[in-house]
Amino acid sequence: MTITEDRAADAPTPEIGRARTRKEDQRLITGRTRWTDNIQLPGMLHLAMVRSPFAHATISAINTDEAKAASGVLAVFTGEDLKDIQGVNITAWPISADQKTPDHLPVAVSHVAHAGEIVAVVAARSSAEARDAAELVDVDYDELPAVLDLKQAATDSVLAHPGLGTNTSATWQLDSASGGTGGDIEAAIATAREGGIVIEREYRQQRLIPAFMEPRSTVVDPTGEQVTMWSATQVPHVLRFCIAATTGLQESKIRVIAPDVGGGFGGKLQTTPEEFATLAVARKLGKPCKYTETRSETMVSGHHGRDQWQKLTLAAEKDGTVTGLKVELMADLGAYAALVGGGVPVLGAWMFNSIYKFAAYQFNVTTYYTNKTWVDAYRGAGRPEATYGIERLMDELAVEVGVDPLEIREKNWIKHEEFPFTTVAGMTYDSGNYEAATAKAKELFGYDELRAEQRRRRESNDPVQLGIGISTFTEMCGLAPSRILGVLSYGAGGWESASIRMLATGTVEVVTGSSAHGQGHETAWSQIVADRLGVPFEDIEVLHGDTQIAPRGMDTYGSRSLVVGAEAVIRAADKVIEKAKPIAAHMLEASVDDIEFSAGRFGVKGTDKSVSMPEVALETWTCHNLPDGIEPTIDADATFDPNTFSFPHGTHLCAMEVDTETGATTMRKYVCVDDIGNIVNPLIVEGQVHGGLVQGIAQALWEGAEYDDQGTLVTGSFVDYTLPTSADTISFITDHTTSPSTTNTLGTKGVGEAGTIASTPAVVNAIVDAVRSFGVNDILMPCTPERVWKAIQKGGAVPVEGERDAQPHFDEGAPNQDPGAASPESASEGSQS
Amino acid sequence: MIPAQFDYLAPSTVQEAIAALAEHGDDAKVLAGGQSLLPILRMRLNAPGVVIDLGRIAELQGVSEDGDHLVIGAMTTYAAVLASGAVSTHAALLSKAIATVADPQIRHRGTIGGALVHADPAGDVGAPALALEAELVIAGADGSTRTVAAEDFFEDLFTTAVGEGELLTQIRVPKHTGWGAHYEKFVRVSHQWSIVGVAATVRSEGGSIAEARVGLTNMGSTPLRARSVEEALVGQPATDEAVRAAVASVADGTNPPSDLNGDSDYRKHLATVLTRRAVLAAAGA
Amino acid sequence: MTRINVTVDGVSYSDEVEPRTLLVQYLRESLGKTGTVIGCDTSNCGACTVHLDGTSVKSCNVLAVQADGHEVTTIEGLAVDGELHPVQQAFHECHALQCGYCTPGMIMQACDVLKNNPDPSEQEIREGLEGNLCRCTGYHNIVKAVQQAATSMSSQAVSS
Repeated sequence: MTITEDRAADAPTPEIGRARTRKEDQRLITGRTRWTDNIQLPGMLHLAMVRSPFAHATISAINTDEAKAASGVLAVFTGEDLKDIQGVNITAWPISADQKTPDHLPVAVSHVAHAGEIVAVVAARSSAEARDAAELVDVDYDELPAVLDLKQAATDSVLAHPGLGTNTSATWQLDSASGGTGGDIEAAIATAREGGIVIEREYRQQRLIPAFMEPRSTVVDPTGEQVTMWSATQVPHVLRFCIAATTGLQESKIRVIAPDVGGGFGGKLQTTPEEFATLAVARKLGKPCKYTETRSETMVSGHHGRDQWQKLTLAAEKDGTVTGLKVELMADLGAYAALVGGGVPVLGAWMFNSIYKFAAYQFNVTTYYTNKTWVDAYRGAGRPEATYGIERLMDELAVEVGVDPLEIREKNWIKHEEFPFTTVAGMTYDSGNYEAATAKAKELFGYDELRAEQRRRRESNDPVQLGIGISTFTEMCGLAPSRILGVLSYGAGGWESASIRMLATGTVEVVTGSSAHGQGHETAWSQIVADRLGVPFEDIEVLHGDTQIAPRGMDTYGSRSLVVGAEAVIRAADKVIEKAKPIAAHMLEASVDDIEFSAGRFGVKGTDKSVSMPEVALETWTCHNLPDGIEPTIDADATFDPNTFSFPHGTHLCAMEVDTETGATTMRKYVCVDDIGNIVNPLIVEGQVHGGLVQGIAQALWEGAEYDDQGTLVTGSFVDYTLPTSADTISFITDHTTSPSTTNTLGTKGVGEAGTIASTPAVVNAIVDAVRSFGVNDILMPCTPERVWKAIQKGGAVPVEGERDAQPHFDEGAPNQDPGAASPESASEGSQS
Repeated sequence: MIPAQFDYLAPSTVQEAIAALAEHGDDAKVLAGGQSLLPILRMRLNAPGVVIDLGRIAELQGVSEDGDHLVIGAMTTYAAVLASGAVSTHAALLSKAIATVADPQIRHRGTIGGALVHADPAGDVGAPALALEAELVIAGADGSTRTVAAEDFFEDLFTTAVGEGELLTQIRVPKHTGWGAHYEKFVRVSHQWSIVGVAATVRSEGGSIAEARVGLTNMGSTPLRARSVEEALVGQPATDEAVRAAVASVADGTNPPSDLNGDSDYRKHLATVLTRRAVLAAAGA
Repeated sequence: MTRINVTVDGVSYSDEVEPRTLLVQYLRESLGKTGTVIGCDTSNCGACTVHLDGTSVKSCNVLAVQADGHEVTTIEGLAVDGELHPVQQAFHECHALQCGYCTPGMIMQACDVLKNNPDPSEQEIREGLEGNLCRCTGYHNIVKAVQQAATSMSSQAVSS
């Protein structure tokens, strides 16, 4: 019996590698969408949050009487009212055994540690009435001194949480000598000071805001046996765990759904006060509740990213051979240790050495609390910071040695024949070819011609100077081997789960624990399964983002979905085939050992007899004539725990024009050649690269979260937090080289964060290169026209090469930093209003 | 976020609007396109009891010619000004400045009169209005009208000569037919308000500058006119060197703001560079 | 409350609304037109872009009462008889969307750009979309999609 046409005759071309347009698009381009804020339930109430305007205060009284009496208001809750059931927003990654971690209550009870913290929740019939009533809640605060600057936080002169006694949360170190992966860093630096080169720099990773386009929203329906939460989250499974761990609700009583989610970039890799507050209110009232934030609320309440000072010491021989790198980071956690929290800077520990062969290496980080919005993962999470630091330093080294910056990189990078290569940080890179990517990038860029133009502009004293920036990056992605996470005290594993359900009519449901929010998993997973099972792309449905449908998962972040999540899908597919073989053998009256599976058909070796996968699925479903003792299903589950990371790399080249009269910068050309191993869908990959590039470029040029000295976020809306538009960006030239990963079945590597990780230093290197002849060797990010112009003014042109001052060394309190600071106050936290 | 509650009035004549203003006084806000007002109301930075929408008053819309003047209704949208051949012919500076305002959707709704009365010093309409020596026609409570020169119109940050109970009805722009024009707007990202803007329009004769008008955006609490620079430009050849010298003092006496985009001194520097560029472009150099 | 009569995606509606109701809130909450979304509160992002009498506006920056007597087209009314608009088709083919949140506004604005300028340069497209923020695509493929739509619309115009 055959109910589907025989497709094996015209076996399709492989799906993997095809630039398939996306399955997801049809709904999204016609407005047929399921954003959380679209959800309406019978009897649903709407919530509004009352938030602290102060960065640091104790709450002395809250009067809710007037708000409670307002039209349409069902209830107003304070933290005191909710404290028994609201749970707590936990950190999953205490980076040291003695890490100090203040309790983060979803609705503050007595103390607020940053402006924007929730102090009361209004539940009303409509969102308008909830907002109106929120204005009527009267809160008395006793203001406390706020610590806003990271370096001030390190002095403990003002405490973000007086009860902790210090602002320091934790310290963490990776050292090549003690770890047995390399030499002693202090010895390397000492040697270099004697007769080599020592480069000391302090770089600032400014605070960024993820700025996903969909504001976060949560709907909780407490009316069923399971409480159902819809939320605009990247991590429905992690969210369910955290609710169960802290609210008293049993995990089995919680269903979390991430419906259509409008971007995340790490910003929705969080379990939020708003989610927990909405859950608590819905449980109190026994009614469905919805909370959707405004963009202004996102800006102060959604976690921020980056925010580090990086003190870097690079030791090298006179010829430019790097002998060691010492990294000392200060990282701002904001007011609370967030979900990944202190782990974000730690993720950079294995990446400062990047693609290079360093003999000695040491990484140190200390995390601090301040009275600002909490900080957590933002696209790249730890790795962009590391890549920025080392790629800026390599340019400085090239200047010091007097060679082209590509040459200095080539001198130090791992050669393609040296893979697999174990780095000084202890990571084993499985594959790569930095020479090939660089050669291709140079050619696409027209490197030599642009260098010639740069010389011409310099010689003619053109008011518009040209600079060329290089970033040869690698990253570790595909979080993560569970054992490594365990050693690092991370609170969960790094596996991923998948199930494949073979339906009676021949179509296939693929259940994945990954939780897409724009990445195109439905399309890519369909391509993979189509090839694996030999069923048509169109017959595959990918299901995700609902703990009832996909009960096991670790969700989507850290460029893990393809290399971990899809690997689980492949393994489930392989199990389906193995489970189907005895049934096919029975149908074909052959021995299982003689069954071969190819292009969707089970055949008998040496014969032309075969049955298709859908035929086996139907036979299994009817169950009329299966082999004795066999379980009547060919569905299969798989859980995959990777044993290492994946290490994409690439060479990015950027040409920037700098108008030296105004400091304005214009991108002239951007070329990137990324090696992300084998590619499942080139269309989706290009999209990931483009978007990643602009986010990284935006860090270099436009974005920065700035607070005033009261602790108010000055860049609290899209008016002042300046995201780039189409008119501010250019079209990119992207290409690939391919060194297949050896650590997963398809030979793929992650791509979600690559563009962001690589592009920031490429842009800043280009700007510094353009104005280096004016005596500039650094410009604080974002490189605003004002900062660039002031750097040029302060730099003081160096008339003759070689007359530049000797490299400055670190002196207490006088870092060689920020020639372009906008104000005499602390450069990054300047209170300009 | 939804604004606080208000009552809504949509008069169909200027007289009705004036009467509504008289009735509600301070409690009323005029909606003249609303592209700045509505965000303010949504953020609840302002909560008027009454909003008076001028959008249905036909007499306030459109561009016409009156002898040697263009007459632009206060409720003429940016898009309509940009579409007007009369404006681009006789007041090219206005077209060029308005083309830089915000984004296309905002330009479809925002109005020239709304922008002038809102009087944001970073807005792009004030400087060209000053440079073109526009006259602003204001209707008063008793049915009277008065005309105020642009020079006297901008009083302070968000404050104009339009008094309580009054409405701006028309912008009368002396024709600058044949004048070259350029608006040099400096921003970090394209949808930003001007960090500094310079509006320049120039009448050239035989390769040199016969007359010049220069207005500055965001160089103080109001848009500013750079009269001394205008005078210094007269008779100068449209060369980089001559113009550079003539505009060197353009920022003297200005008091621009300091913010994340740049401090006051940087803005002063920008003004000199941008003025040179604007004048040279206006002169066709 | 104020009574308004509005035509949205070809359907006439007569409703009582609070004057403070934004057009986007009216579309989403009263009419269930949830295809149009809200991305910010300062009118920077453009996610809520719709056509009012055939011209693009940010529906967060228009009161519902201002739309009284007018015609609104949303992303949900763009495809005719199940046939995608060329701009929708091009967004799909060029992979001009990822999460899809900015997409309705971006498509509506792209239509407006092409209405006013059927053969725009890359720079004109980029400037025409400057009121719409996207965080996923880096704009690269959005620009390509608008170029492709321009080509397909002009060839349609020629052949019809």
